[in-house]
Amino acid sequence: MNPQSTLPPTPAALPQTGARKGAGRRGKGRRSEVGLFAGLGHIALAVWAVIVIVPILWTFLASFKNTTEIFSSPWTLPGELRWENYARAWTKANVGRYFLNSVIVVGLGTFGTMLFGSMAAYVLARYKFWGNRVIYYLFVSGLAFPVFLALVPLFFVVKNLGLLNTHTGLVLVYIAYSLPFTIFFLAAFFKTLPSSVAEAGMIDGCSHTRLFFQVMLPMAKPGLISLTIFNVIGQWAQYQLPLVLLSNAKDKWVLTQGIADISVNAGYEADWSGLFAALTIAILPMIIVYAIFQRQIQSGLTSGAVK
Amino acid sequence: MRHGKYPFVIGFLFVPVTLYVVFVIAPYAQAFQISMTNWRGLSAPQWVGFENYRRLLDDGNFWKAIQHHAVLLLALPLITIAIALFFAFLLNVGGRSVGGQRQGVWGSKFYRVVFFFPQVLAVAIIAVLFQMVYRPNESGLINGVLMKLGLDPVLFLIKPNLALWSILAVLVWQAVGFYVVLFSAGMASIPTEIYEAAEMDGATRVTLFFRVTLPLLWDTLQVAWVYLGIAAFDAFAIVAVLSVDGGGPDGATTVLAMEIYRNAFVYSKYGYASAMGVALFFLTITFAALTLRLSKRESVEY
Repeated sequence: MNPQSTLPPTPAALPQTGARKGAGRRGKGRRSEVGLFAGLGHIALAVWAVIVIVPILWTFLASFKNTTEIFSSPWTLPGELRWENYARAWTKANVGRYFLNSVIVVGLGTFGTMLFGSMAAYVLARYKFWGNRVIYYLFVSGLAFPVFLALVPLFFVVKNLGLLNTHTGLVLVYIAYSLPFTIFFLAAFFKTLPSSVAEAGMIDGCSHTRLFFQVMLPMAKPGLISLTIFNVIGQWAQYQLPLVLLSNAKDKWVLTQGIADISVNAGYEADWSGLFAALTIAILPMIIVYAIFQRQIQSGLTSGAVK
Repeated sequence: MRHGKYPFVIGFLFVPVTLYVVFVIAPYAQAFQISMTNWRGLSAPQWVGFENYRRLLDDGNFWKAIQHHAVLLLALPLITIAIALFFAFLLNVGGRSVGGQRQGVWGSKFYRVVFFFPQVLAVAIIAVLFQMVYRPNESGLINGVLMKLGLDPVLFLIKPNLALWSILAVLVWQAVGFYVVLFSAGMASIPTEIYEAAEMDGATRVTLFFRVTLPLLWDTLQVAWVYLGIAAFDAFAIVAVLSVDGGGPDGATTVLAMEIYRNAFVYSKYGYASAMGVALFFLTITFAALTLRLSKRESVEY
């Protein structure tokens, strides 16, 4: 795309038939066409909004009900606010534990990804040295490979390092698999930063390392924020890596894994209201975070597509 | 550059490159190797050549998974992009013009925020959510209503010919908002003069959409198609959590990732699972290359 070009040439596809038809329909007919279109559009938008909101709202309501209410009146408000459902989910179903584990793993994983990703991206973007391109393409090629291809050998690599069923193992794997996109994105970002500031720093006797941490990283802040959001959401949502790498350590499970397990293994005697409460515990923080950082999250997540 | 460059470069690259080689590159390379063995984890692996790949051809579940990928590959991008384009158009240029500027319909900002939200949730959590929504008795969100109205409950996940579509619907539910935002960004970069010129010629909204917006958005659409196609080749979390017995009923919703997981970590058939992984890899690559090649067309400069 080339937004700078000044003269917008009329695309060959511009409507000629539309022009002829439209000419006779100026005025009244045209306005009703606008009204009808906007009206139908509004209905469609409202319907989709309902489809998105209702399942979530319904879960919140059900998290306060008891099992009888869930079965007899799924569409009504709960008879009373049963906070004990949350207490049960948090402690008995271990959702509190899982939540904390997710925070630890994603916190360390994203921190490590951003630190090592930005270091590698910076060096690859701004220093000329033998092997630079090889390493860069090695990282970027990782974008083309599906994780499932590596699943079996990865399991044994982690196992042989003695890191199976540990958070350390999962964090290292998260970092390694987040590097390709992080480096791809940040290298492009570091390339756009002006070199005059860096040169001034060098003349003042700034070391390469200080230059990176005190000059270049602050300058790259917008890119770093987008990528941090991207990685936090991506790692928070991970399901299959923890499933494979933490399978035998239930006390180390992350939130997605724990809640999926409660749901999959729920039999007839299941604690439905507890499960609804657990789901709410998983969803509500995301709504709050999203409400606060809505703009940054949208641009952070779509940054992958608009290079 | 200046003195002391190499120690610095090596120092900065050492940890990321090591992590990447150990946990990403080495496993990928080994996957091809393991796929040529009958390794089951206990004794040393024996070289069997292409035996695993030959067995894939007779594996009913493998072919079922391929069929499901084919359905998802067509339906997921088609449905998602169609809905997202329609909404993005409404939100950006659907409203009346104010002072010559095309506006989105009333409430555009609210809709954009709401539509995007499912993207923030983990797929596994969404799968649990929809397990509740789809439940086959009066406790399900949909069947609760149907049964109140005296209708028979719909067995969304239990009926084999309905299960895959029920899962597809959840994927669409999550994806639409993301593409609305993506397409909105694309539409915002289309200069308003083009719309004005078209409108001056009396173009209706439908013509505006098909003759102006769509051709100028082609690049973004291509990206969207590739992204959704890759998502269609994954679908592990949703199938593993939402479907009956992971890919059921009776394999009616299984996908390759599910079969790889099952063969490797339930049956310990590591060689065979790796062969499936390699097959999945080539399918994904072929798809991406084909899409980029087939959808290549003169992009309109503006």
